[in-house]
Amino acid sequence: MLCSGGKDSIYSCGMAKEREEVACLITVHAENEESYLFHTPNVCLVRLQAEAADLPLVETESAGIKEEELVDLGRALDIAAECHGIEGVVTGAILSVYQASRIQRLCRERSLWCLNPLWYTSQEDYMQALIYQGYEVLISGVFSAPFDAAWLGRRIDARALAELKEYARKYRITLTGEGGEYETFVADAPFFRKRIEIVAAEATYHNFRGLFRITGARLVDK
Amino acid sequence: MILLVDLCYRDGSLAREEFVLPIARIVESVGERCRIVHFTRSPGSAARDCKGIILCGTPIMDNGFMDDPSLFSWVPGSGLPVLGICAGMEILTFLAGGTIISCPGIGMTGVRVTASDQLIPGIRMFEAYELHDNACTLPPGYIALAESERCIQMFRDPDRPVYGVMFHPEVGNEWVVARFLTGYCRPSR
Repeated sequence: MLCSGGKDSIYSCGMAKEREEVACLITVHAENEESYLFHTPNVCLVRLQAEAADLPLVETESAGIKEEELVDLGRALDIAAECHGIEGVVTGAILSVYQASRIQRLCRERSLWCLNPLWYTSQEDYMQALIYQGYEVLISGVFSAPFDAAWLGRRIDARALAELKEYARKYRITLTGEGGEYETFVADAPFFRKRIEIVAAEATYHNFRGLFRITGARLVDK
Repeated sequence: MILLVDLCYRDGSLAREEFVLPIARIVESVGERCRIVHFTRSPGSAARDCKGIILCGTPIMDNGFMDDPSLFSWVPGSGLPVLGICAGMEILTFLAGGTIISCPGIGMTGVRVTASDQLIPGIRMFEAYELHDNACTLPPGYIALAESERCIQMFRDPDRPVYGVMFHPEVGNEWVVARFLTGYCRPSR
């Protein structure tokens, strides 16, 4: 399971766990915050998510430079294949042909299956399912108008979703943030054995761009 | 009612979300209902009260649907309009006497329309998303409607509304499915 720590990969992981055997999470730490492929805010906390889900984690580093990122991801896939015997990769891609086609090619080169269970999903149904099924999804970064600083660290609940729908209608953002308008971090999921408690965080915001950096977190019983 | 045949590796697989449900949403968006049946679950009997059939795609590496092609012998006899998408186009090719050839293609590609047809009127070029390991030769008597640099992207049976597309229409070309439905699957049976 290719995992950034955000809602799309964690929710896809939940879907995969219901129907397949999930062998491990794979994450790539990109130095470049503008990485084309890899979601960056709080990606270091995937370690805690893997522990919460009781899954091994394969981690690699990337400078986050366009196209070179693929080599770094390929390295991670090779490690996952060698150490965990993976037969395929699941991603949280929803609409991004850029992301999906590059990962598809990497997988094909390695004779790995590639599955994208959220591909062209109904964005509204998906967002509602996240809330209904009890995923604790926090906004970890905002990158477009009209998001203000109050969104940083905010949980996506029914009220937040109603506002996001309004933004999608008025400002043409994608409801799921697939266009890079916002990023998320998942603190709890139905398949986590423990939840992640955030004990310290720093928010920075300027001109419709902001980050919610989690500087302290621990696993607690659910 | 439109019959969507799931060609993925297992009934209820994780791939259904990716290759069948996006097509189901297009069907519903034009006001039709759909019934999804896995290819191993006798979809022919489920086709009886349907107005059309869509044979959906599969992931790359997933070619199990071709292990026993006799499972699709009901398709020509149904007399219904058929749209085969990617793996579905391979099934139509096999049934019509064409050949499946190795021809990988992943990503966006330019598609050139080579023959006029009700499904693609007034269009000369369009961009499409492809995701395939194989491609199809033109079955005897069929007409190639569109092609990319790599392969035939769309064909049809000249006598019946039986179409194959190699690209995935849910990515920006939903109109192909919509026109198939509105053009051929409207009359009630």
